Amino acid sequence: MALTGVLRPGFIQIRVLDMEAALTHYVDRLGLDKVTTGPDGRVYLKGWDEFDHHSVILRKAETAGLDVMAFKIASEADLDTFAKRTTAWGLAVDHVAEGEQPGLGRRIGFTLLSGHRIELYATVALSEKHPPVKNPDVWPAEPRGMKATRFDHALLYGPHIDQNLKFFQEVLDFSLAEKIELPDGLLAIWLTCSNKAHDIAFVKHAEPGKFHHAAFYLETWMDIGHAADIMTRYNISIDIGPTRHGITRGQTIYFFDPSGNRNEVFAGGYTYYPDNPTRVWDENELGKGIFYYEKQLNERFLTVVT
Amino acid sequence: MAGPHHTIHLDGTQGSFACRGDETVIAAMERAAWFGFAKDGGRIPVGCRRGGCGVCRVQVLEGPYRVEAMSRTHVTEAEQQEGYALACCLVPQGDLVLRLAAKPAKTATPTTAETP
Repeated sequence: MALTGVLRPGFIQIRVLDMEAALTHYVDRLGLDKVTTGPDGRVYLKGWDEFDHHSVILRKAETAGLDVMAFKIASEADLDTFAKRTTAWGLAVDHVAEGEQPGLGRRIGFTLLSGHRIELYATVALSEKHPPVKNPDVWPAEPRGMKATRFDHALLYGPHIDQNLKFFQEVLDFSLAEKIELPDGLLAIWLTCSNKAHDIAFVKHAEPGKFHHAAFYLETWMDIGHAADIMTRYNISIDIGPTRHGITRGQTIYFFDPSGNRNEVFAGGYTYYPDNPTRVWDENELGKGIFYYEKQLNERFLTVVT
Repeated sequence: MAGPHHTIHLDGTQGSFACRGDETVIAAMERAAWFGFAKDGGRIPVGCRRGGCGVCRVQVLEGPYRVEAMSRTHVTEAEQQEGYALACCLVPQGDLVLRLAAKPAKTATPTTAETP
């Protein structure tokens, strides 16, 4: 299909306790490129294979966690339509002026019933270090560290994920690629606006607004192994992996940044089309769904968030 | 140099383990677990190991220590003055006695959707 409306995850803004340690982690180890530092101290980063101005923002704060996740919209007209549809659905919409972040146009924002702030925007500058487009080499310069190509998706924890599911389907035209359905209700949902198995996911959790992980795409399973070597060499805190998810079929490592925010490096995953049926996991095989080789959740999966 | 080992005792348990003066209590406890520490329970939960998630929150009852940067979501400055700390940010400067001090989960109004 032709992608319309919501195109992709655009950026994620993460709070860090120590900016210097965070930059060593995200730039030297993960391999993102530093774009610029804003006047308020926020630092803007991007993956080597991304065209947009930035995709990750680090903000120094007293607490770890997620400030906002934003999606890129196909056009300014679509952005206005989504603002109207969001209001009509019952969420309060606010507006952020162009220039609040370098390279970015106006945004609309709202808070989901799970407590997470989501923003949408249609205009963003082309990155100075974008992938080559004329007789293009495979990369602009050889990738560094874990060779993260892009910010890929996020998993967020909070209450009322059944309402988030309705909102993303009814207002933002996402599809439900996979879900975990327990006898007492929905535990988790994997939502996509694209050909990816997920662009955002939610797990039911009592405390609102919590952050499970931000994922960065690697090209191959071999790159996941190389990332694991880097994590051990530089004493990065690993949660689990290298392993595979039954859900999405992605190959993965979960690990933590120096402020305790979980990151994922992710490779593979199936191609999704919006006419595919939703894949469903139940309480019997849930372990295989989350960690396919271990066939069980580690104790951190449902409890460790920022 | 690593310096001397200090003894970390978890209040209300029989168990204790050695921790260097240049490492965190969680790092030392994870290593002690290889050799059977707290195999029957009574250990500090291990989360992110980097001061963000808060699952390893403890209170120091006795002994000198320093702390690395911790998320204020889990240990406020006032709580820090009362000896609360995340064990993954807690570096002993002598023998310590700790107790587990997990915070009850919050279900209140969201606080993380702040801007910028």
